[in-house]
Amino acid sequence: MNFFKLGAVAVSAVFAGQAALAETEITFWHAMGGQLGETVNQVAAGFNASQDEYKITPVFKGSYEETLTAGIAAFRAGEQPNIIQVFDAGAATVIGAQGATIPVQDLLADNGIDFDINDYIAGVRYFYADSDGKMIGMPFNSSTPIMYYNIQALEKAGVTPPATWEEFANVTAPALKEAGYIPLSQSHLPWIFTENFFSRHNLQFASSNNGYDSNDTQIMINNPAIKAHFSALVDWKEQGLFEWYGTGWGDNAKPFEDGNVAMWLGSSGSFGGLLAKDLGFDFSATMLPYWEAVTTEPTQTFIGGAALFAMSGQSAEENKAAAEFFRYLTSSDTQYFWHQATGYVPITEAAYEAAKADGHYEKFPAAEVGIQQLSLPAGEFTRGYRMGFYVQIRDVMNREYGRILTGETDVESGFATIEAESNKLLERFAKTQG
Amino acid sequence: MKRAGFTSIWLPVALLLPQLSIIAIFFYWPAGWAVQSSFYLQDPFGFGSTFVGFENYTDLTANSEYMRIAWFTVVFTALVTFFSLSIALLLAVKADKVIRGAKSYRTLLMWVYAVAPPVAGFMGIMLFHQHTGPITDFFKALGWDYKILVDYNSTATAFIIVSVWKQIPVNFIFFLSGLQSIPRAVREAAMIDNRSGVRRFWDITFPLLAPTGFFLLIINITYALFDTFGIIDTLVKGEPGNNPMTLVYKVYMDGFRGNDLGGSSAQSVILMVLVLVLTVFQFRLIERRIHYS
Repeated sequence: MNFFKLGAVAVSAVFAGQAALAETEITFWHAMGGQLGETVNQVAAGFNASQDEYKITPVFKGSYEETLTAGIAAFRAGEQPNIIQVFDAGAATVIGAQGATIPVQDLLADNGIDFDINDYIAGVRYFYADSDGKMIGMPFNSSTPIMYYNIQALEKAGVTPPATWEEFANVTAPALKEAGYIPLSQSHLPWIFTENFFSRHNLQFASSNNGYDSNDTQIMINNPAIKAHFSALVDWKEQGLFEWYGTGWGDNAKPFEDGNVAMWLGSSGSFGGLLAKDLGFDFSATMLPYWEAVTTEPTQTFIGGAALFAMSGQSAEENKAAAEFFRYLTSSDTQYFWHQATGYVPITEAAYEAAKADGHYEKFPAAEVGIQQLSLPAGEFTRGYRMGFYVQIRDVMNREYGRILTGETDVESGFATIEAESNKLLERFAKTQG
Repeated sequence: MKRAGFTSIWLPVALLLPQLSIIAIFFYWPAGWAVQSSFYLQDPFGFGSTFVGFENYTDLTANSEYMRIAWFTVVFTALVTFFSLSIALLLAVKADKVIRGAKSYRTLLMWVYAVAPPVAGFMGIMLFHQHTGPITDFFKALGWDYKILVDYNSTATAFIIVSVWKQIPVNFIFFLSGLQSIPRAVREAAMIDNRSGVRRFWDITFPLLAPTGFFLLIINITYALFDTFGIIDTLVKGEPGNNPMTLVYKVYMDGFRGNDLGGSSAQSVILMVLVLVLTVFQFRLIERRIHYS
């Protein structure tokens, strides 16, 4: 009897020893190509070097859509990665499938890691949260739309960057046109001029608390303020104050980079890329303008980009490893490194403070604009949106906006079509959850 | 006369089995799944699903945008098929007459065949580029405010030109070999009867080329319907916006990008039926009137 007990103790001691020696390996599927992918690899290598119990392997799976589709196929085959990066428009799909992921807040708590949502920057906190405010996905590459401008162009025209669209239309744009520039272009109509338009003016975007409270959601896009904005865009385009180069991101950024367009609405995460390009002019950035006619108290925007989700169905040790990786990722050193290398915003207040203390924003004032905009006062409808089949809804928006801007349809019927088709998609999505 | 045959049923079955199992695994099985999931709306992760009957189909036919895409697909297929066949035929007839340096001409004309659709798409991006494309400059010189990816018709034109260009060599190879298999005696007899080259082409060469042409017609229609996917995806850079697209591209957009399994399954079933109808129609109605010899 004693002999057996002794043996059992010995055996378990041996196994425990082995477990401590062997590294727990986890995989991380992401959609960060090129230079960004290299930075992800550096973060992973930093984590692997910081301790010897866990090893994370990042795998590039293509575009955001391809990564999500690959993750879904792998999940159905029982071969899902431990961590997967899912973009903003796919949030409803991955969060709706309860049981596919472990809420990141639970994962951290279960593994004894402190979590306080107030440590995160205001505009970052609730986009990937459930209706009770529990964080489901860990914000990763977070960005928000801001306005970049060509300093020399504005000097030549004798204007300052506009704070409001009224100022743009009456002062800035005519002067820039006079100076020989195309005043404005933008790279993402659904994200910049729709989702964040609603947030910047604290307007309701969808029923059920912008979709967070229920799957029975209706889009509220047929709003006079946004229709007035698009009517203004059509007028500006006719007057040569605004140009649209199609749906592609790069097609609209290129004329700004070439110095033909004076101001460009892009992502706060575009900063690193613009800096690396060695443009023929100096650039800076300012916040997304708002309409004074709509509000005199503009509110914050919310994050775009993507978040990391811990997929379920993994062993406890692997979940522990994923939790430890999140701890490393959210540390202010890692966040500051990520912020500097990519231009994405740091997601925690501590990392923001670290960047300030280091004088990062004295060197690059434009790098701070995104965080400042995310830290503006919040409103009832500024946390984001949660709508299913949102990838298709964005496709519908892009299609109708393109038709509006090319004169194929008018603002009124374009928005009516978006409203009708989006609500049909939302109704269909609700049935997939049944 | 003694009929050659198998003494037992098992040998032919065994010989057919590999082919049949490939068809079963790669066609019947997934096709069956597609039909089944076209009657459901399901969560892509496989948690929830609702049986919706024919709703996925009726939603499509009620959607004016889907009908517009279907109409574009028809026009696009007709134009690509017509131009790639007629230009290839013209080139083949001319190449057939060349005696000196014939081989190098033919090789040059066939070269494009080796280009993969996405590569053809990339060449299209450069040639039709909004700011720097030479073809864009050419159209502008003609007075057309050509803007690919901004203007619907401009993008459609690029789709068609690149798709036709990519398909001409295939047709050219087949037409040329078809021309060369027309017996010399027939040609010489025709030469004595009539000296008009045009007349001889329509009365003698064209009917004798009909079997090749019929075969190519089917190949070209399926090419335009399905194989142009890579060209379209590359040209619109994965973001179709207000640009045209074909039915196959729509399946990809909704299924692979949008994770709408039920809706995209219904679309693939519609395409399957379309191809089935097309095939039956062509073999029943057209093939009877063409004589293979």
